[in-house]
Amino acid sequence: MHGVSQFGYLVASALFIFALHWMNTPATARRGVYAGIAGTALAVIVTWAEPSVIHHAWIILAIVAGFIVGVPLSKVPLTAVPQRTALSHAFGGAAAGLVGTAEFYLRLSEGGAEALSPFRMVALLAEVLLGYLTLTGSLMAAGKLQELKWVPQRPVTYPFQNVGNFLLLGAGVALGIAITLQPTAPWAAVAFAGVIVLSLLFGVLLIIPIGGADMPTVIAILNSYAGLSAVAMGFVLDNKLLITAGALDGSSGLILAIIMCKAMNRSFTNVLFGAFGQVKQTKATGEEQIYKAETPEGAAQVLDQANLVVIIPGYGMAVAQAQHKVRELYDQLKKRGVTVKFAIHPVAGRMPGHMNVLLAEADIPYTDLVEMDEINPDMPQVDVALVVGANDVVNPAARTDKTSPIYGMPIIDADKARSVFAIKRSKNPGFAGIDNQLYFSDRTWMLFGDAKNVVGELVKQFAAGSGMH
Amino acid sequence: MTVDFWPTLYVFVLASFIGLGVIRRVSRLLHTPLMSLTNAISAIAVVGSILVTGGDYPLRIRILGAIALFASMTNIVSGFLITDRMLKMFKTDKPGEGKQA
Repeated sequence: MHGVSQFGYLVASALFIFALHWMNTPATARRGVYAGIAGTALAVIVTWAEPSVIHHAWIILAIVAGFIVGVPLSKVPLTAVPQRTALSHAFGGAAAGLVGTAEFYLRLSEGGAEALSPFRMVALLAEVLLGYLTLTGSLMAAGKLQELKWVPQRPVTYPFQNVGNFLLLGAGVALGIAITLQPTAPWAAVAFAGVIVLSLLFGVLLIIPIGGADMPTVIAILNSYAGLSAVAMGFVLDNKLLITAGALDGSSGLILAIIMCKAMNRSFTNVLFGAFGQVKQTKATGEEQIYKAETPEGAAQVLDQANLVVIIPGYGMAVAQAQHKVRELYDQLKKRGVTVKFAIHPVAGRMPGHMNVLLAEADIPYTDLVEMDEINPDMPQVDVALVVGANDVVNPAARTDKTSPIYGMPIIDADKARSVFAIKRSKNPGFAGIDNQLYFSDRTWMLFGDAKNVVGELVKQFAAGSGMH
Repeated sequence: MTVDFWPTLYVFVLASFIGLGVIRRVSRLLHTPLMSLTNAISAIAVVGSILVTGGDYPLRIRILGAIALFASMTNIVSGFLITDRMLKMFKTDKPGEGKQA
């Protein structure tokens, strides 16, 4: 029986690696999902068939409950996918933390010192620490993304915040070392409970100072933690499938977090402990700058004359639910022989890759979604850059203004296009509270209004005036 | 039952390198579905929950296991379903290949 289950785990590990390998192109990606399902199902079956598993009713009950909650969670609108993802990190963390807790108290009451070897104890403590801090941290992140009223959006900071957090973590680690050295001491059970409480608290305090704009990075980091907690569980249970799957998840989160950090020109430490948005605003000095406004009629005429149009979407587009109107505009322009591409900044949206999913939902072919690094060399040849709901990711201050909080962040070079139309709801600065020089450029015309309405107006111009040529 | 932990450490390190290598090649278009897929995959922690829930252990231990099993199962179900739902939306502009959602 042992051989059968180990073989099952081995096959499942291979299936998981193939699952991720097939994600390298959208053409094979769905195969990856099926490989993942097959691997999971196989692992569940061989585990369930273990002779030590005797209480089946409970397992069935928990699985059914998982389906009842899981199916609706998979049907959330795509704008809510970041929250769902954060929530699933919380669930993953909870699972690891709870199993770790159960294992500790079980071994404490049954196995004694033998079953709580230092290596096991370190693994158990890592599992519990990572699990519970991922649980509360992810719940906080999900709350911020869902914009719950009682979860502050803006970074919450207070004096000695980082020092306090480190002291808290230090206390947890000290307790952990004490338990590891004397796992059977009479106070060990209480000390372990202390570690749980500190981990839960640490998760909350870790996310509180981080603002909404940094959530893409935070989600990726929490993804990594959730994976590592599964790894730790694998060490505790001596299960190599758990270690493999957890390591895949952990490295995925790490890579995504690095990509997000690079895309914002920030470091991990800066995201986690920097409390973005603290930068004092420098009032735009000197002369009053003037926007040039344009009407949808005028913009439509320019678009009609263009050969190459690049649309630069930001999360504002999704907030205004404008993606389907954007798709109609895309269709109208294509019909007129205009080449249309979408320029995707890595942090467009609220989690890694979010914008691609939002545009794919609107039936825009993924072959026309182009990454920032690929589109930037072509920007000077672009006739019209149309900015929809994006702001900071097209702000040239990131290249030129050393005092700007976003200085050094890679941007989409919209300002290099022959002409720019920027749709903007109002004349207020963007999320980071930074003025955008792009809007004052002599090649830029502003289209003020709700993104959905403005794009709708543009579409109407094309639909009505088919004989505009 | 003292376990020689070196083999497990090897597995962890090697699996991490495989992970870094494979994930780096994942299309940037698919980073959101990637995250929900890895999430579902790491919910393989369900294996640990099954052993704790189904074993011959005290009730309070099995309750912890059952809650963990529920949490992992939710991640498995919602993770795979939403990944597939998102991936279905990615289409090329070649006619005949796209279908309405």
